Parts: sequence; C-alpha cells; structure tokens
Amino acid sequence: MTETKQLQPQDVLAMAESLRPQLGSGFRDEIVQSMYTEAQRIVDRAVNKGSKKKWDLDQRIDRLVTSPIFGLPIMLLILAAVFWITIVGANVPSQMLATGLFWIEEQAANLFTSIGIPWWITGFIWHGVYRGLAWVISVMLPPMAIFFPVFTILEDLGYLPRVAFNLDWMFKKAGAHGKQALTMAMGFGCNAAGVVATRVIDSPRERLIAILTNNFVPCNGRFPTLIMLATVFVAASFPPVFSSFVAAGTVVGVVLIGVFFTMLMSWILSRTVLKGEASAFTLELPPYRRPSIGRILYTSIIDRTIFVLWRAILTAAPAGAAIWILGNINIQGVSLAQLIANFLDPLGFLIGLDGVILLAYIIAIPANEIVVPTMMMVYMGVGMMTDPPSYSQLHTLLVDGHGWTMLTAVNLMLFSLLHNPCATTIMTIYKETKSKKWAALSVVITLGTAFIVTFLTATIARLAGWV
Amino acid sequence: MTAQLAQMGLKVDNFDRIIALAGNPNTGKSTLFNALTGLKQHTGNWPGKTVTRAEGGYEFQNVKYKLVDLPGTYSLLSASQDEEVARDFILFGQPDCTIVVTDATALERNLNLVIQVLEITDKAVVAVNLMDEARRKGIEVDTRSLSRDLGVPSIPIVARTGEGIQMLLSTVAEVIEGEVKTQPIRVQGSPEYQRSITTLAEQIEQLYPGVPNARWLAIRLLDGDARVQSAIASGEISELVASQRRADVQFSRKMAVEGRQ
Repeated sequence: MTETKQLQPQDVLAMAESLRPQLGSGFRDEIVQSMYTEAQRIVDRAVNKGSKKKWDLDQRIDRLVTSPIFGLPIMLLILAAVFWITIVGANVPSQMLATGLFWIEEQAANLFTSIGIPWWITGFIWHGVYRGLAWVISVMLPPMAIFFPVFTILEDLGYLPRVAFNLDWMFKKAGAHGKQALTMAMGFGCNAAGVVATRVIDSPRERLIAILTNNFVPCNGRFPTLIMLATVFVAASFPPVFSSFVAAGTVVGVVLIGVFFTMLMSWILSRTVLKGEASAFTLELPPYRRPSIGRILYTSIIDRTIFVLWRAILTAAPAGAAIWILGNINIQGVSLAQLIANFLDPLGFLIGLDGVILLAYIIAIPANEIVVPTMMMVYMGVGMMTDPPSYSQLHTLLVDGHGWTMLTAVNLMLFSLLHNPCATTIMTIYKETKSKKWAALSVVITLGTAFIVTFLTATIARLAGWV
Repeated sequence: MTAQLAQMGLKVDNFDRIIALAGNPNTGKSTLFNALTGLKQHTGNWPGKTVTRAEGGYEFQNVKYKLVDLPGTYSLLSASQDEEVARDFILFGQPDCTIVVTDATALERNLNLVIQVLEITDKAVVAVNLMDEARRKGIEVDTRSLSRDLGVPSIPIVARTGEGIQMLLSTVAEVIEGEVKTQPIRVQGSPEYQRSITTLAEQIEQLYPGVPNARWLAIRLLDGDARVQSAIASGEISELVASQRRADVQFSRKMAVEGRQ
C-alpha cells in the first residue's frame, strides 16, 4: 500500500456528509429519543416515588401564585410589602445616622478651626469629602440593609421564576424573551448584574433587547432616592397613619411605570432595529426551598449591601470634593456651582426640574446612588444652608427654599427611573455586547425616554394649571 | 466538615487535579462548590444563576484539586453561551474528573444531561444531591442501581449540610487514580450508526492526534453540528485544546489576583 496523500479536514467532513444519508433522516431524533428512553428506564429501576404529600403542597402554592387571576395581584402585594418594610424600618435609623454623622462633621470642623487649620482645608475635608460620605451612608445604608435580605429571601425561596412565569405572556407580546423577567428582577439589585444575567437568553436578538431595557427597572442605588421622594413629598400630603403605605404604594407605582417602559421599549425595539419573533423556551419552576439564614445574611450583607455601599462611598467622596470646590470657587461673587446651575435652569425648567438637580445628575454619572446627596449638597452649598436638615425638615427646605412642587418630586422620580445607566452598567453593556454602538444606544434610549416623558408631564401639568 | 477536607478558597495555583462541576440548572452545583472551596459564590433558587464559570480550590487527602463550577445546562447540544462554556470545558479543558450534580427529586430530567456528559468523558461521578428534599417528599433513590446502570459511581449527598461529601470526594479520587473503573453507558443506536461513528472517529484521531474525545466529535459531525464542523475544518480543534489549556492557566491567575470574576 502506498498512501501518499495526507488526510485533510475536508475529507473527514466529506465522509461525515456521505455517511449521514445512509443513516436515514430520523436518526437524530432516534438518538435523542433513545437517550430519553434510557434515562427513563434507569430512573424507573432506581427511584421509588412513594407518597407525594409535600409535592402537592408545592403545586397548590404554585397554582395560586402563578394563577392567571391572582398571580399578578399577589406579586404586587409582595412587592409592596417589601417596600413597606424597607420604608418603615429604614426611617428611624436613617435619621439617627444622619444626626450622628453630621454631629461628627461639625465637631471635627470646629476642632480644625480652633487649632488654626486654614478654612479651605477644613471645608474641603469635612464639608466636602466627609459630608458626601455621611450623606451616602445615612441615606443608603438603612434601606439597603433591610431591602436586600428581604429580596434575597424571596430569591432563595424560589419566587423569582414564578415572577418570570407570570410576566412571560407580556414579554412575548413585546417580542422579547420570557427569561427577560428574570434578568429584569436581577436589575432591581443592580443593573450591571442584570445585564450580565442576560447570558441565560440564547437568542442574540432577544438578549440585546433585555440588555438595552434593563435600566428601566430601578436598581438599589436608585431605590433610596425613590423612597425618599415618596416619603417626603407624596406621602407627606396624607394623614400620618397612611403615610408609610402611600409611600410604599408610590414606589410600587414607579416600579410599574418602569416595567411598562421595559415592555414598551422591548416592543419598539423588536419591531425596528431588532426585528424578530419571540422564541419559545421552557421555564422550570424549582421546588420551594427553606432559605438558609446564614447564606441570606452573607449574600445580602456582604455581597450586596457592603459591595454597593463601598462603590457609593468611592464615588461619593470625590463627588463631595467636586461639589465643595464648585461651591467655593467664586467668579464675581457667584459660585461656580450656582453659575452652572443657572445655566442648566432653562433646560431643567422645561422638564419640570431645575438646574441644581441636573447638575447633581451630571456629577453623579459614575453612580446613581449619590444623586440625592449630591443635590442636597449643592442646595446647601448654594443656599448657604449650614445645618444639615433632618428627613422632616427636608420638605420645608426644598419646598420653601427652592420652590419644589409635587411636579418636581414626581418628575425627579420619573427622571431617576428612566435616565441613563450608571457608568458601571454602561461599561458592562459594552463588555457584554462588545459594541460601542449598543452601549451608546443604551444611553440614548434611556436618556431620550427620560427627557420626553418628563417634558410631557411638566407641560401637561402646567397647561392643566396644576402647578 | 472533617479534617480530611481543607477548603482552599481561591488558592488554585499549584493544583494537582482539575475537577469540573456540571449539572442541570438549580441542582445545587454552586452550593457544593461553596461547601468544598469555602468560597461564597452566589447561590440562588432559580435556574441560570451561574452564567460564567467560577473556580476554587480544595485539598483532600493531601491532593490539591482545582474545582471549576460550570453554568447549569439541560443539554450540551444547543448553542447558547452558557451551554457552550460548559461543553467546551468538559471536552477541551480535559478535567481529570467531572462531577455531574443531579437533583434527586427530578432524576428523569437530570439523567439526560448525565448521559450526554458520559458520551464525552469516561471520568465522571454522579452526585445525587438534594437527598434531604427527596426524603421529605418520600422519594427513595437507589444509588447502587444508578451506578450499575450508568457505569459510573453515583453518590447520594446533601450539599447544604455536607452529608455524603466525604464519600463523594474519595470516590472522585478513586476514579482519577483508576482504582474505580468506569464503564459509562453509551447510547447504542443502530449498527450502521455504530459503524459510522467508529469510522469517523478513527479519521478524526488520524487527523488530530491526541484529540480528547474523537468519538463524541464524530457523533456531533454526523449530527451536523456547525460549531464542531467549523472547528474541524479550520484546524481549530487542535488550537482549541491548546488554547483552553492556556486560558485555564490565565484564568486561574486572574482569579487569584482579583479575588473574583
């Protein structure tokens, strides 16, 4: 034998092609089928099913929480309960933290002044960097320390896939993947995490939709903002007995608006740039499991609360410094912060906000969680307010001092819900899609929606004479 | 856990063995991973929690193991990103042993993946997890019968409490050392099918000597798997074997430096 010709990859492929027809058309199904049969046979021999009591309980619960009639209301009730617990539980610790931390600021600043350290060093460190940190910790820590464990319990119990099941039909109508409900739920924790979680979606088209719309659910960084506004403005106009319920209801309402825009934008995308049909998939409803306390505490406190807080602190310190500098560099007697705010005012007015709020949003691009603290600091810097206000004084400060109305509060909530993703999320979108185009589009879509919606609400409210 | 097991967290630099953790979604792979390594990989009761792979180390009876937690998948035959991660690693990462984690309360569904993994590799152990849940539901699992039928050891465990983990680890060690001989079940199909696979597999081995599993590649080729076709046509197969090894080394370093993914 003289075989001189060396074997080439093409030869092997060709051989596969020539062998395949000999096997008959149904051979693939046959193989898969025989795998299933084999699995079934093995299980029949090895498993004794016995009584199915517990199973029945699981199924009965599932029939209720995924029922077409009660599924969605139950979901909303659970969501409202989570927010209510967070609002009620976080209020007092937030104020205590604020009081304590700002007391430290004052004492430390006095000490610095008394030993003759120049005013600008004292100001920069204590009224700048430190104040930024104090705001972030007092506004964010208590709600997170309550929200995350409660959310993690739901996750560990196995409730999230039921949510996906309940929302599946909506996503299908929007031309998106049903698993987007899962990634959306992850977005409540962190939009960057939600974007990474979209890897469970097979179809690239539907995955992109899930990525581009993930930011429409408020992440934990934005929840404190929403909770604060809901408590201070919306709930304040109701009798105190109801106020916590109204606040929780308002936050649920905002979340629903976010879900609505997720659907709307998915629908628009799947009919324009990302055309296609929704693909079918099987969603497994895992058995309910008793959450393990240790793991919940670890996950929610270390992985989530501390992780998010640390990130906020890292961005809040420089933001605090930036605001202090902007507030203390004067050009012809007017501070730089005031100048920028004045410049942004017309645009802010157009969408029912003001220049200071927009300035705060620009400074807070690295991390959404510091918008409210930044805003407060700019107001206090600009308005020569030295005493940090308590939660209850906040209302007076904003309404009387800076002309806030219900429209401002509502539009700020809408803007916070809809505006561009934070820097981390934009980076994550870029990494996941490997495309600057999609990363940029995610900003354009969200910011565009935010401006259009707030412009509409502001215009309508003004035309109707509500403000 | 007992003295024999030492959790090594992210210290995976000087490992002696690589173990892959595969399984359906939501069967407790990450829980087992955490129990063995002492790491805190996020676990959650919903399918699809782990979308990338995580690595960690443990030491058992003075042997250092690197453990790779793969995304949960129902099969290895489709092409979503998470399934590809799992299948590429089992095939090209050449783990010394693959632990397939299964849910004792849903074995029918889980065994499909087990059988597919066994098509790829001989070195496997089936961990029948969530035995406590099965007991609560009155489900009895005869793991000896499972072992006999599958041709690889099946060990009942409860990853959450650590029950059965010693047994699992010593079995994994025995499989790697060849003290336990495995004879995985292979779906037979028709005689023509068998013949075709054998012929193709021989050719693939001739083309790419040392390729990890020519038989499995032959099956995929017959099936018309576009990914495998292009990998063979372009010579990517041999490249893949090499690059997966490189990537593993780099990945371990990265993990050790950054502490997490």
